[in-house]
Amino acid sequence: MASWGEASQSRLIGKRITRLSGKDKVTGKAKYTYDINRPGLLYARILRSEVAHAVVLELDLSRAEELPGVHAVLPLTEAGRKLRYQGQEIAAVAAETDDIAKDALRLIYVDLEEQPFVVTEADAMAEGAPQIRDDWQGNRSNPGINEQGDVDAGFSEAAVTVEATYHTPVQTHVCLETHGHVAEWRGEDFLTVWASTQAVFGVRNDLSRRFELPANQVRVITEHMGGGFGSKFGPGVEGHTAAQLAKITKRPVKLMLTRKAEHLVAGNRPSMTQHVKAGATKDGRLIAYDMKGYGTGGISSGAGFQAPYVYHVENQRTERFNVATNAGNQRAMRAPGHPQGAFAMDSLMDELAEKLGMNPLEFRRINDSNEVRQAQYTLGAQEIGWHRRNNVPGSGTGIKKRGMGVGSGQWGGGGGRGTQARVTINPDGTVEAVTGTQDIGTGIRTAIAIIVAEEFGLEPTEIAVQIGDSGPGLPSGGSGGSQTTASVAPVIKTAAAAAKQKLFETVAPLLQTTVDDLRIGKGTIYVASDRTQTITWKQTTGLLGMESITESGNWDQELRQGGVAGTQFAEVEVDTQTGHVKVLKIVAVQDCGLAINRLTTESQINGGVIMGLGQTLLEERIMDPLTGRMLNANLEDYKVPGTYEIPEIKSIVFDTHRKVTGVGEPPCIPTLGAIANAVYNAIGVRIRELPITPDKVLTALAQKKA
Amino acid sequence: MSEKEKKQSTNISRRSFLKGVGTGTVAATVVPAILVGDAEKAEAQTDDTISTAQIQLAINEQKYTIEVEARTTLLSVLRDGIDTNGNSVDLTGAKLICDRGECGGCTVLVDGKPIYACMMLAMDAQGKQITTVEGIADGNTLHPVQEAFIKHDALMCGFCTPGFVVSSVALLNENKKPTLEEIKNGLSGNTCRCGTYPFIFDAVETAAQKMK
Ligand code: FES
Ligand code: FES
Repeated sequence: MASWGEASQSRLIGKRITRLSGKDKVTGKAKYTYDINRPGLLYARILRSEVAHAVVLELDLSRAEELPGVHAVLPLTEAGRKLRYQGQEIAAVAAETDDIAKDALRLIYVDLEEQPFVVTEADAMAEGAPQIRDDWQGNRSNPGINEQGDVDAGFSEAAVTVEATYHTPVQTHVCLETHGHVAEWRGEDFLTVWASTQAVFGVRNDLSRRFELPANQVRVITEHMGGGFGSKFGPGVEGHTAAQLAKITKRPVKLMLTRKAEHLVAGNRPSMTQHVKAGATKDGRLIAYDMKGYGTGGISSGAGFQAPYVYHVENQRTERFNVATNAGNQRAMRAPGHPQGAFAMDSLMDELAEKLGMNPLEFRRINDSNEVRQAQYTLGAQEIGWHRRNNVPGSGTGIKKRGMGVGSGQWGGGGGRGTQARVTINPDGTVEAVTGTQDIGTGIRTAIAIIVAEEFGLEPTEIAVQIGDSGPGLPSGGSGGSQTTASVAPVIKTAAAAAKQKLFETVAPLLQTTVDDLRIGKGTIYVASDRTQTITWKQTTGLLGMESITESGNWDQELRQGGVAGTQFAEVEVDTQTGHVKVLKIVAVQDCGLAINRLTTESQINGGVIMGLGQTLLEERIMDPLTGRMLNANLEDYKVPGTYEIPEIKSIVFDTHRKVTGVGEPPCIPTLGAIANAVYNAIGVRIRELPITPDKVLTALAQKKA
Repeated sequence: MSEKEKKQSTNISRRSFLKGVGTGTVAATVVPAILVGDAEKAEAQTDDTISTAQIQLAINEQKYTIEVEARTTLLSVLRDGIDTNGNSVDLTGAKLICDRGECGGCTVLVDGKPIYACMMLAMDAQGKQITTVEGIADGNTLHPVQEAFIKHDALMCGFCTPGFVVSSVALLNENKKPTLEEIKNGLSGNTCRCGTYPFIFDAVETAAQKMK
């Protein structure tokens, strides 16, 4: 049975290894899609609707076409068609320079007849609201209803009940590299596209269908990419447009979204509103749960969320639906549905615990059947100093009040089939590992090198890892669902093991020994029964003569595992005069399975915590119900965490087993509940609507006083 | 204005906006003002009055002669500029992320001071020493800040990294031994979405010790 071996036997796996791409990234040499300069490159831009809902009456591109330096103008809508949200595409331009493209957009004439619109959930659900999707009845989808046990009986057993409404607004991904592509045709029948994507092969397949080309006549390259968080799986309108413009102009075309468009059309995390009633027994058992909720994913559906979350409830009834609004559609965003679900559930848990007069941690222990998390509760509580927590919320003295809270999360991340990989040993001792995955910042490139280097007794820097390119024809899945490492690692490991076996078979006779008697040491190969017989790696590969060894790997169930539990504790300080919440410390105890690279795993946990912090305290897409436009489609008014917001973060890599699992998404989940509960513990008033901004804190404090 | 004239002067017709907007009534007076403003500005920039000038820039100790428009930013010269000999400048380390001075992704040193290259006109950079992230290392020897960024994994996707590296170098040039608060302050003009901040702080501390 294949295994990763004992921790004590690992030289590299599980250690802190710096990234292979580090040097290129700190020197500015790393080339992202946005940095690709090709001879004869044209720059493209898209004209977008500034209104939320309209019918196109006329579209006239002629003046733009006449502008010197413009090479093509492409309509992306036509008279009679509807535009359903701000940012929807009208036309695109390709020009000699970006400035000329900008000028050309202003010369496009479009006559629109505005239609009534709704951009907030409340407006969409109001009596007499305009219907905005032709395929729905009204603006709500059919509700999904789920019932388990007997909710009424549950409530009759409850000693305490809580009824509350929790809300999280729409959050946008804010990838720092906006969505975009550089497209270049060779003749009529070979398309190369540099794409800022999480799915090199997904983009290749999409483009091959779109342009009716055989899959092997489309090549997609993503050497480095500047963040996706779930929003970059397909080429989208912008990718199709870039390729189309390149085809028309017979020139390479670069089309990157503007920051504004990135907020408007490149995906978002849907909102969530939950009306919950829940009950617990005197001895602290969560016994009944009744939830009605909804969210908006803009013009699309998909506004799901987890409810109830993590904790076990015997009797539950849930009903949820989507609300359509005239806004850009949602896309998967880091642990879709989980952070918002966790915020509501963890808040609810604390509210119930308080009514029971029970420590919220104790209440969780009673209702959480996950053993890993039980151990994490103990560890996390120790780390944060849970005994220092206010027993009476809001009881601290002074202007700045401190509080502590806890939150939990759960994720899958077990990987899956669909990756092909090749490991090659060359006679000169060099090693190559090739597969079609992509590094979206998680460090998979380095993880691949670590696995191969461990197998061969080499250093990770000695492994040439080629990923992010569909050219070699070795597919791998998209980087989503925290599946990348668990999908790729087993295939790389088996490929390397097969190559090592081949190497041993070739050299054993030459060394007058058997394959079974050969071992790998650091940079050497030796005979186990006679340690004096040692030759260097290079001497060994030199024995291959002219022929390299190339082996492919296969998916191995035994090398990976799904299901990761996480717990976080937060300590905050709330300024009761300004309403400002400062997070002092987060302890993140994250189940990681076998962390191939402890250093980059810690980075991912930090990153998840910080994104969760942003969602709790700062981030919100603000739509203006009067104009139908997003009011903060930039990086100043849409606030993501900056240096001042960063607390001390203690990321604890909680490795429970020696199988690989994914950890990109789960650490952003428990943060919300932990911080929200800490704020309550500090000031003694609960804020049930994110983000917890100073105005909400001050209003809550004023209401408490009154 | 005749129908024809109107068509030539605005990209989105006034008529449609004056029809009233959405469910609100107040908006009808607000929105057109914004859009017409846009369109008029556009007109001003798209007559054939755009003029260019040849300027000289000193970037990473190399001289470039480049033809620019008045509106050309320093960042666009670095990334997309082509000099008068037809060579691409191709210094793509600095990134345009927000295009309005909100993120620090385009940070470069101008006479040793960190500035947002998206906010500086190329013409205003004449006669100044410009250092981009590509010019921070000494040949093949990395700057202590760069070494420390790698060591501490102060980067994930790495898109924000050039900006942070340049800002960190600028900070340490000014303040040899910054406290954590001073590091946060010195880097507050830079944004990272992947959330590398804690390791960036560690890296700057390590670099500071190394540079002592
Ligand atoms: S791109 Fe210059 S500050 Fe953001
Ligand atoms: S490392 Fe990705 S944005 Fe900073």
